[in-house]
Amino acid sequence: MQTKRTIFPSKLLPYILLAPQLAVTLIFFIWPALQAVKSSFEREDPFGFRTTFIWFDNYRRIFADPNYLSSLGRTAIFAISVTLLSMAISLLLAVAVNRLLRSGKVYTTLLVWPYAVAPVVVGILWWFIFNPSIGLAPYILRGLGISWNHRIDGNQAMILIIIAAAWKQISYNFLFFVAGLQSVPQSLNEAAAIDGAGPFKRFWTIIFPLISPTTFFLLIININYAMFDTFGIVDATTSGGPAQATNILVYKVYTDGVLNLNIGSSAAQSVILMLIVIALTIVQFRFVERRVQY
Amino acid sequence: MLSYAAKHGTKKSRRNIKGVSMFKNVLGLSVGLAAVLSAGAAFAQTEISWWHALDAELGKKLESIAQGFNDSQSEYKVVTTYKGSYPETLTAAIAAFRANEQPAIVQVFEVGTGTMMAAKGAVKPVYELMTENDQPWDPNAFLAPVVGYYSDTDGNILSLPFNSSTPIMYYNKTAFEEAGLDPETPPKTWAEVETAMRQIVDSGAANCGLSTAWVSWIQLENLSAIHDQPYGTLENGFGGLGTEFTFNGPIQAKHWENLKKWSDEGLYQYGGPVGGPDAAPKFYSGECAIYMNSSGSRAGVIANSKDFEVGFAPLPYYDDETTDPKNSIIGGATLWVLNGHNDDVYKGVAEFFTYLSQPEVQADWHQFTGYLPITNAAFELGKEQGYYEANPGSDVAIEQITRGTPTANSKGIRFGNLSQVRTVIDEEFEALLAGQKSAQEALDAAVVRGNEILREFETTNQ
Repeated sequence: MQTKRTIFPSKLLPYILLAPQLAVTLIFFIWPALQAVKSSFEREDPFGFRTTFIWFDNYRRIFADPNYLSSLGRTAIFAISVTLLSMAISLLLAVAVNRLLRSGKVYTTLLVWPYAVAPVVVGILWWFIFNPSIGLAPYILRGLGISWNHRIDGNQAMILIIIAAAWKQISYNFLFFVAGLQSVPQSLNEAAAIDGAGPFKRFWTIIFPLISPTTFFLLIININYAMFDTFGIVDATTSGGPAQATNILVYKVYTDGVLNLNIGSSAAQSVILMLIVIALTIVQFRFVERRVQY
Repeated sequence: MLSYAAKHGTKKSRRNIKGVSMFKNVLGLSVGLAAVLSAGAAFAQTEISWWHALDAELGKKLESIAQGFNDSQSEYKVVTTYKGSYPETLTAAIAAFRANEQPAIVQVFEVGTGTMMAAKGAVKPVYELMTENDQPWDPNAFLAPVVGYYSDTDGNILSLPFNSSTPIMYYNKTAFEEAGLDPETPPKTWAEVETAMRQIVDSGAANCGLSTAWVSWIQLENLSAIHDQPYGTLENGFGGLGTEFTFNGPIQAKHWENLKKWSDEGLYQYGGPVGGPDAAPKFYSGECAIYMNSSGSRAGVIANSKDFEVGFAPLPYYDDETTDPKNSIIGGATLWVLNGHNDDVYKGVAEFFTYLSQPEVQADWHQFTGYLPITNAAFELGKEQGYYEANPGSDVAIEQITRGTPTANSKGIRFGNLSQVRTVIDEEFEALLAGQKSAQEALDAAVVRGNEILREFETTNQ
């Protein structure tokens, strides 16, 4: 600490250097968040002529609304499925690529591409593939005796957005897993092999525990991704339907606020969402991280 | 696809907002500059921003109408901006109003009428605008169903009717012929529709009989009007904010039960929520032989149905329930003028509205798009031109909406937050199709949830 002070003789300088970042945070994050908190206690007509302070009425309504509670459940299913599916597939791919010596780089490059695709475009791609009238997937599934129509079948709609959202995230997870795997000392692996451990045994007892910091980090990122960054995918594929089957919390905030112009309720929902993220992050860091072996 | 439009819209809106503020900043300067830059114009043009929700053929036509006005005089310039779907356009206009960047004119669909009428401080009523600016204004010039649908409780028209439509039935004549049906006699009743659908599917002329856009508007609101069933209390909501929904009657339940049955049998294919985006491709591709949508889809249907001949017919009815089907009700949009602009802009808007209401402009718009001729004069002009004889089926919509004497149930509907209610109806309809609820249960649930939304609107707007 002492040395750092000598670098900044003026007490003001560090704050000036921080100011741009602080300004961005305040203007684009803190201020809107406070606005949301304020709106969540108000009832307002769409044009903003009449605003009434109504205490916790918006919150009470939300928790009395069966649609909100089921949306909560669906969000949990969605977030967990997306996280597990995309992490499992990316780990598998990463392990496979890690064994390749020369062609590994090519596969890595190819596998990273989906990450560059915007969420809405991802949504439209999958919407197209699974379109009940013109899509390829329903055509193939019909051959297998499965009738696919996510316009009507809520479970199929959920499967569709899980696949689309997981696919988008595979690249990101894959990169981190590859990096994690490369940091595992080869000598440990070789020693175990000499002792007679097979590839599976080696993976589960040596490699998997050693990359657990990466896994843990990705767990947080993926849950947050599934809960907050999937708006575009939902909007482009199912728009929350059918019968609200894919109306996850973040999408519901949008439909209630932007489409239905119910600003108070929408603000209250986003405040709840904010609290969920804070709680989730605290739980993960405090309890899950302890079990992680470094 | 919707969200693509949304994104597209947002991008444009950002550009527009920037444009507006820039415009304000350089207004003083531009007066001087205009003389230098454009040698011909002696003064700066007043810009009138017009946000609309029409894309493809309709959007292009709308822009050409604005261009027509711009070419007809040099004082004002109407600048059109496509803002996405109808709900997106309404939301964008409201957000812009809150940020004090609102357009002068915004096109709002009929569902938003209740919301706009309640927002008194945001809106400049069109009848006031026209009198203030000495422009001719005669409500009786408009078609009766149009006036009835858009008047407030004092009988004043608050927004300019522009593109009014009513749903009709489009059918694939080629498929009808292949199935052994007479392509010149479309089914009149739902029983005949069912027979026709079976024959079409059984004969292999098409994979499915029916698909429909706008389930809430066509298969519930219009169904109720045609069968003279109340949609809500207090004269379908015209009588005040205390209204409650009543669309869970036996006829509506029977119809939804039929749709569910036909869906299970593969005779009917669901086209998706809200506007039913999948319905049109199903019809265009020949997958479904019958398609119900706004008469305003006529231009699109004709442009896209290349492989077969299209027929036009009124909406079917249940002949065991009524022998005298009532008029169908209006959809489409009107043009609302928003507060917060200067007198010059309003003068320009009033002149533009007079231009829009001319029989020639109206008739051209109506004949190109399939929307209703808004004024009696435009309808008469079309008759004189021999348009309806030359284009069979082009008068289906207007005859359907003007038939008989409108009753309290077929005059129209007026509910706040109707856009939300329609979403609820879509959701309950999807629950019905998925087999989670019976038709009666789905409609009952929609009424209960819809009433909650109405109460919310009542509390907010008291």
